Amino acid sequence: MNKRWFATPYLIWMVIFTIVPLFLIIFYAFTVKTDAGFVFSLEPFIRSLEPTYLKVIGRSVLLALISTIICLILGYPIAMILTSKAFSQKSIYLMLFVIPMWMNFLLRTYAWLTLLEKNGFINVFLRKIGLNPLNLLYTNQAVVLGMVYNFLPFMVLPIYSVLKKLDFSLIESAQDLGANSVEVFTKVIFPLSIPGVVSGITMVFMPAVTTFVISRLLGGGHFFLIGNLIEDQFLTAGNWHFGSALSVVLMLLIIISMLITSKYDTDKEGSVGLW
Amino acid sequence: MSESIVELKNISKAYGSNTVLENINLSIRKNEFLTLLGPSGCGKTTTLRIIGGFETPDEGNLLFEGKKINTLPPYKRKVNTVFQKYALFPHLTVAQNIAFGLKIKKVNQSTIDEKVKAMLQLVNLAGYEDRDITSLSGGQQQRVAIARALVNEPEVLLLDEPLGALDSKLRKGMQIELKNMQQRLGITFIFVTHDQEEALTMSDTVVVMNEGIIQQVGTPTDIYNEPINRFVATFIGESNIVDATMIKDYLVHFADYDFNCVDFGFGENQPVDVVIRPEDIKLVPEGEGMIQGEVKSVVFKGVHYEMQIQAKDHVWLVHSTLMEPAGSRVGLQILPNDIHIMAKEVDG
Amino acid sequence: MVSRFFQRAYLFLIFLFLYAPIGILIIFSFNNSKSRVNWSGFTLRWYKEMIQDPQILSALYYTLVIAVLAAIFATLIGTFAAMGIHNMRRWQRTIVMNLTNLPVLNPDIVTGISLMILFVFLSSRFRVLNPGFLTMLLAHITFNIPYVILSVLPKFKQLDKNLYEAALDLGATPWYAFFKVILPEISPGIVTGGLLAFTLSLDDFVISFFTTGTGVSNLSILIYSMARRGVNPKLNALSALLFVTTLALLLIVNARSSKDRTRKGKI
Repeated sequence: MNKRWFATPYLIWMVIFTIVPLFLIIFYAFTVKTDAGFVFSLEPFIRSLEPTYLKVIGRSVLLALISTIICLILGYPIAMILTSKAFSQKSIYLMLFVIPMWMNFLLRTYAWLTLLEKNGFINVFLRKIGLNPLNLLYTNQAVVLGMVYNFLPFMVLPIYSVLKKLDFSLIESAQDLGANSVEVFTKVIFPLSIPGVVSGITMVFMPAVTTFVISRLLGGGHFFLIGNLIEDQFLTAGNWHFGSALSVVLMLLIIISMLITSKYDTDKEGSVGLW
Repeated sequence: MSESIVELKNISKAYGSNTVLENINLSIRKNEFLTLLGPSGCGKTTTLRIIGGFETPDEGNLLFEGKKINTLPPYKRKVNTVFQKYALFPHLTVAQNIAFGLKIKKVNQSTIDEKVKAMLQLVNLAGYEDRDITSLSGGQQQRVAIARALVNEPEVLLLDEPLGALDSKLRKGMQIELKNMQQRLGITFIFVTHDQEEALTMSDTVVVMNEGIIQQVGTPTDIYNEPINRFVATFIGESNIVDATMIKDYLVHFADYDFNCVDFGFGENQPVDVVIRPEDIKLVPEGEGMIQGEVKSVVFKGVHYEMQIQAKDHVWLVHSTLMEPAGSRVGLQILPNDIHIMAKEVDG
Repeated sequence: MVSRFFQRAYLFLIFLFLYAPIGILIIFSFNNSKSRVNWSGFTLRWYKEMIQDPQILSALYYTLVIAVLAAIFATLIGTFAAMGIHNMRRWQRTIVMNLTNLPVLNPDIVTGISLMILFVFLSSRFRVLNPGFLTMLLAHITFNIPYVILSVLPKFKQLDKNLYEAALDLGATPWYAFFKVILPEISPGIVTGGLLAFTLSLDDFVISFFTTGTGVSNLSILIYSMARRGVNPKLNALSALLFVTTLALLLIVNARSSKDRTRKGKI
């Protein structure tokens, strides 16, 4: 008996629970229901090109991009500091950074809900020091804030793990050859850290563009990103065809962004690149 | 003569389009130390693995004590293997490794402890029972691997280049130990190596293989002194091989000289190959001997000097305890007994 | 490059950013009023209410049960899958590994929706698998298996091929060799995979949301529905409890792994 066959239960499972469902989505995306049953149609896709929906798609991509960039700007220095001599000795700093990641994702988002409210902590504080209260909740900014808060560690950790493996003698030899601190960074450290940066960008952009929790909780009931749109179509509007088409659009978005980033990813690791 | 314990009859094996073994016929006798010798890729390890049960032959039959065992799984054969990289179980101690086979046979614990102790004694590792495998040196791991195999009292022990990872001194020591072990235990050892010196040192029988075909089977002296073809002649020891013409029985012509020799049956005026070992060529003063030449290089090898002598159309390799400096002219003398004739190969 | 002071300051600000929301949440879980701002005195009443809330208890129950079951089944299927995959020919392995990566790379909303369609389809056509506990469990197992495979497969690759043959050579049947030789060697990967699956299941929201039925919620789903209705001090209490539990678990794991490291280093 060849050991290959041990994988059979898994293969059967995958077909039933991964492949068939995907086909169902694609099926629904390309059909409409008529009295005669299911008929091939591009209507669901065409609908997704309507201005209202294009705006939603555009907003999702934009907010995700902004969040990713903010995470990169904030996160890269964190990774550098954590690997610098001062802080890399004690693993407690890394641990402190990782702990919030382990908190339930919804509770982390909920925490900001209480902070950003009209009568929430921040506004009360502002009032106390004499400033006007801000309308923080249910805005684009709130959603971006939520995304950054949730996904920052996913940007930091890949960069950290790449920087940690950096051969320090490379920096020394650059200095030996006359490079100052800025040049050492731009010419040696940053280029070598690109696989980590790419990994981080991927791990932030993907969940950011597909989220519906953050936008629902921090953006409010009328704040729609692609995720909310899809959820709405399936659970409220009952239009599975349109919802499926949107899902396919989402998958295409992901595939495109992966193709773009894989051009820069010279370090071909397994997809669970975090570990 | 003891009877054969393992027989390979017309065994062939291929991986895809790559033929690894071609029509192998071999009879291995009880209690002999037999070595499969050849360069990498010659099929010696595959042959061993077929005997061990890890590969099945595509064609032919494998017989153990007369019975066909082509498809018998390894755990049912009275054969044990010492693997090249030892394959010791890292999560078990030395004693647990050695006891592995005995536990399977459900031997009781006190007997196991006794046997393990005796085995460790045999391989000079007394007291190592509870040691962690990863803390042992290469040589020690080697011996645990041997102990682990031998404790099961197999009829045949297979050894796949077991000494490859050891340093030279340790290797030579282990060669002697293994030979002694085999003689003391009285079991058949089938040994695989690419090191011809090792094969000559340890074996009762040497099987020289190349490209999946058995080239020659014989005692170490046979193989060394009377190689059957060019491959064996070049693979075993150093040789001088020259084209020659067999004028008639007992007379061969090469290097512009008619040499008396002891071989016959090659016909008249037939092209043949002549093999002469470097240590069989004697240096004599210039003008004497059968061949004249100039010393091209001298290298001191400790045991002897290795010299290259340029004669008219051949550079002769000579091993001698005497030395003539480079540039001097010398004569070479070769006795009839030291000239070995081989038939010319069709492929060349 | 940058002075130590600025490094420290920046790190401090970041930690403040990360922990302040959670901190405030926890502090106000002890507040004797529903206000998230004004302090009315210390109380444990929200904790009492939380512990007695049947919805919360039910959600906790389902969360744990599903996480444990999903981890067990995913580990079983995934380990055998890794063994099978390890023995495949290169082209077969490539196809299977690409398929394995699919659910990992797919956004979870798509995975959740696709499974929902499947379950609704099956339950309406064939009267099986009505959305509920079972469907949520099946969904969890599905998204966990790839992670188990990705944890176990490298261990198979690191395995010395001769170990299995040596066991057979010494008289072990294939099953005996598997349990006594191979399994001990790959068990670290299995444990890692199982823990990973457990953790992912504990925390999952999106896929659970779409694949469950009425009456069956896990913690994340409950928190979502409670949070949507506005702020609720019971959630604060829950947050505090979860935070402390998570912290404790992390500390234990950290302590054990550094103990392991020193033990191994000593030999």
